Amino acid sequence: MTTRRASWRTAACVDALVVGGGHNGLAMSHALSQRSIDHVVIERGDVGQAWRSERWDSMRLLTPNWMSRLPEHAYDGDDPDGYMSAAEVAGFLSAYATKFAAPVLNHTSVLRVEPARGGYHVVTDRGDWHCRALVLAGGAFNTPVVPRVAAALPATVTQLTARDYRHPGQLGNGGVLVVGASATGLQLAQEIHASGRPVTLAVGEHVRMPRTFRGRDVQWWMQATGLLDQRIEEMDDPGRARRLPSPQLVGTPERVTLDLNALRQLGVTLVGRLVGVRDGKAQFSGSLRNVCALADLKVNRLLDAFDDWARSHGVAADGRDGRLAATLVDQPPRLGAAFGSDIRTVVWATGFRPDHSWLDLPALFDRHGNLLHDRGVVAPGMVVLGLPFLRRRKSSFIHGAEDDVRDLVAHLADHLDRTARTGVGLSLAAA
Amino acid sequence: MTQVQKSADNGVNVDALLGARAALTQAPEAARFKWRATSEWLGGTHSRAAVASFHGLGSEQKHRQTFQFDVDHPEIFASEDNGATPVEVILVGLAGCLSAGIAAVAQNRNIQLRSVKATLEGGMDIQGILGIDENVRNGFDGIQVHYEIDADATAEQIAALVAQSQKRSAVFDIITNPTDVHVTVSKA
Repeated sequence: MTTRRASWRTAACVDALVVGGGHNGLAMSHALSQRSIDHVVIERGDVGQAWRSERWDSMRLLTPNWMSRLPEHAYDGDDPDGYMSAAEVAGFLSAYATKFAAPVLNHTSVLRVEPARGGYHVVTDRGDWHCRALVLAGGAFNTPVVPRVAAALPATVTQLTARDYRHPGQLGNGGVLVVGASATGLQLAQEIHASGRPVTLAVGEHVRMPRTFRGRDVQWWMQATGLLDQRIEEMDDPGRARRLPSPQLVGTPERVTLDLNALRQLGVTLVGRLVGVRDGKAQFSGSLRNVCALADLKVNRLLDAFDDWARSHGVAADGRDGRLAATLVDQPPRLGAAFGSDIRTVVWATGFRPDHSWLDLPALFDRHGNLLHDRGVVAPGMVVLGLPFLRRRKSSFIHGAEDDVRDLVAHLADHLDRTARTGVGLSLAAA
Repeated sequence: MTQVQKSADNGVNVDALLGARAALTQAPEAARFKWRATSEWLGGTHSRAAVASFHGLGSEQKHRQTFQFDVDHPEIFASEDNGATPVEVILVGLAGCLSAGIAAVAQNRNIQLRSVKATLEGGMDIQGILGIDENVRNGFDGIQVHYEIDADATAEQIAALVAQSQKRSAVFDIITNPTDVHVTVSKA
């Protein structure tokens, strides 16, 4: 832990300032330390705060332990094929910060960042900083995305997001509508259903994946075949690649596959996307069959690609299959449900977006409020980390930080060298 | 991935579509279209609709000609059957939209189509429109669409064409999702 403190009167100076002490911020701090670049990491809580306070109780990583690694830090427990709980991730990150004495300023919130001569002026609730290089490492999962239709729900319906959900006991009795069919939506639907509350799951476009394929974790295949290392510039439609929802996976000791068929068998009602509210009733899209067909076709193409790769690389084929049965939906699927009688609670598992609202630089955002960047470079001397497919498919994974940080620290070091040499910082105000 | 020579020709100018996509991403206002139809009652259940102009790419646009559509009801409804029923026109719109999408997606994926045939059927309990049973809706209780496609592709690739076409179809969206409809009236 650092002993440095910003003063209330004048801004403390530092070469690089990292906002966020999660895996991305720490990996960057490690890289900056190795280059002896003077820096601080500003963390609103304790290291890995989101893992301590913004995840539901039963949550586990979607990647196996052997994959949890950061530069010079890796899982060293006795269950490499297991999946870390949120608390274990927080512990893993704390151990990392301690290991290389990361200069983390805990319990400090960034309130505003504005351009300043030669860099950026960073206002926190514990003093101001001036930095020449800035790293946005708050991650991609800060603010729950809730669709506009939420505003049309009757006031009698309790709404909460996946960030605020902890366990089913939080919810009132009666039916629950879980909106969203990514990993989060499926896991919450299963857990809430098991608590005795009838669950309806609204399903839009989604990504299917078996937990294991031919005896190995699907993430092993994703990595071995090079898919996780695919770069954003190789993608036909980078925007779409970045918007893809998280695959339907769950981390359990039994390595079970959690999919829509499993939920349907348990008694969860599958419906189409929640598209409207009328006369106190939820309206679901009639496109359920097609979004399921799209996901079925896509997962089969993925598994075909794994098999092709195994054949061409002489990887012994394990006889065990990992093929998924076609998704079954009720004939016909329900198109509506009554709020009150059928549904008392709505849980939004509709994704997250990063929070950069404190970045007082409107030119850096597109008209939808998304941060503009070129593979992580936001502006000269400013980089962002951890966004989905930032540079590579694995960019938002814990193990994805290493390669991105290596690339982006080079940008920062180069910027710091140049601005130090000329003595004139490139500020956005001047650019 | 190996680069494949673009050899399929389904008569869809995909380069123009992709160019429009790129251009309209930069100019979202030009992407706002207005589609129009007019209609005049001719007597009985028979009316004639016309489609001539629309708005898009920032200005008024015209079809090459005015297209007319006679809409009526069959004789078993004690009508003169001067045209398709309005609900059949909905099926016509769905088929036209999905088939156009299939051709465009196939072109983009370099898949040569030889024939694309669609059969559509919408189920309806007319107790709804006749006001016999309040619990029966007026509209279709479901629509079945079947495609028979001959193309240089595997069955999975053909299934993917049809799935992708539904995903990007305007009429599929109009039918499967609610749309606000605002009807006003004035005395002539």
